[in-house]
Amino acid sequence: MKQKDLILYSGLIILGLVAPFLFSAFKVQLTYLCVLIVLAMTWNLQGGEMGYNSFGNILFYGLGMYLTASVQVGMFFPLAEWTESGGEKTFVHTTAQYFQGIGVGLLVAAIVPTIVAGAIGYAILGLRGHYFAICTLGLGIAAGEIAGGIEIIGAGQGFTTPPFPAEIVDPEARGQFFYFLSFLVLVLAFIFVKYIYGSRFRLILNAIRDNEDKAEAMGIQTMKYKIVGWMCSAFFCGLAGGIMGGLIGYIDSTDVAFDGREMGVFMVLMAILGGKGTLWGPIIGATLFHFFKEGLWTFILGWQYVALGVLIVVIVVYFPEGLMGWLREKYPERFGEVIDEKDRKAQVELK
Amino acid sequence: MDLLIFQAPILMVQASLDGILLGILFALIAYGMALQWGVMNIINIAQGDLVILGGYIAYTMYLMGIHPAWGVIVSPIIMYFVGWALYKLVINKVVDRDLFISILATFGIAIVFQQLMNFVFGADVVVAQSEYGTTMLFDNSVTLPNSKIFAAFISVLYAIGLVIYMKKSRLGRAIRATAQNARAAKILGVDTEKVYAATFGINAALCGVAGALISITLTLHPYVGLPYTVRSFMIVIVAGLGNLPAVAISGMGLGLFEEFADYILGTEFRIGAVFMLLVFILVYRRFKLSKKREYLK
Repeated sequence: MKQKDLILYSGLIILGLVAPFLFSAFKVQLTYLCVLIVLAMTWNLQGGEMGYNSFGNILFYGLGMYLTASVQVGMFFPLAEWTESGGEKTFVHTTAQYFQGIGVGLLVAAIVPTIVAGAIGYAILGLRGHYFAICTLGLGIAAGEIAGGIEIIGAGQGFTTPPFPAEIVDPEARGQFFYFLSFLVLVLAFIFVKYIYGSRFRLILNAIRDNEDKAEAMGIQTMKYKIVGWMCSAFFCGLAGGIMGGLIGYIDSTDVAFDGREMGVFMVLMAILGGKGTLWGPIIGATLFHFFKEGLWTFILGWQYVALGVLIVVIVVYFPEGLMGWLREKYPERFGEVIDEKDRKAQVELK
Repeated sequence: MDLLIFQAPILMVQASLDGILLGILFALIAYGMALQWGVMNIINIAQGDLVILGGYIAYTMYLMGIHPAWGVIVSPIIMYFVGWALYKLVINKVVDRDLFISILATFGIAIVFQQLMNFVFGADVVVAQSEYGTTMLFDNSVTLPNSKIFAAFISVLYAIGLVIYMKKSRLGRAIRATAQNARAAKILGVDTEKVYAATFGINAALCGVAGALISITLTLHPYVGLPYTVRSFMIVIVAGLGNLPAVAISGMGLGLFEEFADYILGTEFRIGAVFMLLVFILVYRRFKLSKKREYLK
């Protein structure tokens, strides 16, 4: 079993490393895929494991995006003049400045959303069930609306992130840089989530999901763990947002950064499609969703949001357990569940 | 402070009147939501999009040359069947399920509605002209469009009509019985499935009325549905389910808040202020409830 795991993981890592060279035309898509998997996986941490279904993780994603770009610009140039000049490049980053900027920017983009999650966590995570869902939905949209009114980060007209340094002439370099950055984050996120899945922390999160009052009665300080769980999500959402900001090259308050209508829904949908509360579910869900989206989006141009809406309804109404849940129902032995043969026969007879 | 509203206090009168009239309209939408939440235990994210759809029905009548005010009669009739069909297609499968599933499912419906409206009516901001003129008050310093007064009047009329209907009619009694205890109602011979469909239809019809009124007083756009959902959600959680006077009062309060936020923070933060208010109300409610829990200890 251990050896099988080793082969699987090394195979996946090698696949991840050679993918941009094999499919060099799809580097941007692969970067998207990595980011989507990270978002789905970390959403699952508190949506699936903790049972706190958040629509508001987009808040941290957008925050990370704005922070990375602001730090990257603000470290070397006055931020207000940069956003005022809009698309016209009055300042140019040198190669060293660009990479220093994005490095520090990503660091800030990871840390600040984590702190924000910790700070608002005590107030927000006291809400239960649907109140939490609606509150986070409101939070995400409010953030977008407010960011759209702040002058220094471009207000309604958007924020152009620094372009990739022109001194690097290799046309492949930009795509490869962002791909490997996102792949690194993906690997880190996977190791982290995998570690959590083997730890006591996950059991506590599950206890909170199954019955919070009982968990509290058992002596678990639920609030503490809920906040930590949300902070874990926020950390990776911020990183993912920072990478996406650099990749897209342009930040709009409601359409790119605090994009509750797309990213915010996608991460929930992907996790549910694959199966909430499983390690591989969100990964499979995100991959399937991305292939489906990229494959169909161009054929149904203009109708993609209708398709998205219908997809949400169909998945939620008919497959609330997701793909992994369905597989688990069908092949429980594969998931390490022992089923009494008599019990199963009785079930069949009942039907 | 160099804000306009403090330099010219008469603007406060303007904002208050605007806010109260607008708030009555919000209260009508919230009443529909409270009804449907109380009976079916579903939070309908598509509420605002039903409102906008109702508005577009009135707008279509306006384009055809009929006065859009007739929309307050035609729109609810059409919307009743839209709501009924929606229930039969999707909602009946999520009624007894986890609340999060109903939220996500209605979120999907909202996206479909937005997009279809975008296809059919275009992405422009439109308004149906009622040509009711305006009333000038206080030496012409406060302008009040007559259409807003008309909207508030019609809202109150519909709300009263619905209350009487719920009290007196057979269906109204069945709805109230189902809201109290669905199982008991079923045992006593109430066809709860039919009651649910009717409730959702009535909710959609109320949205249709509100939408028609919005089409002549405010503006319509395919993507502005969600703020209406959030507004009605806020009103309902502040007022509680099935408490009509409280719904009306908190609706007016919300209207006042919005108008003043518009003047003080600026129009670009208006929707942001609404959503932040939602977060604050929920957080305030959470701390209030947790205090109650501590007493219980």
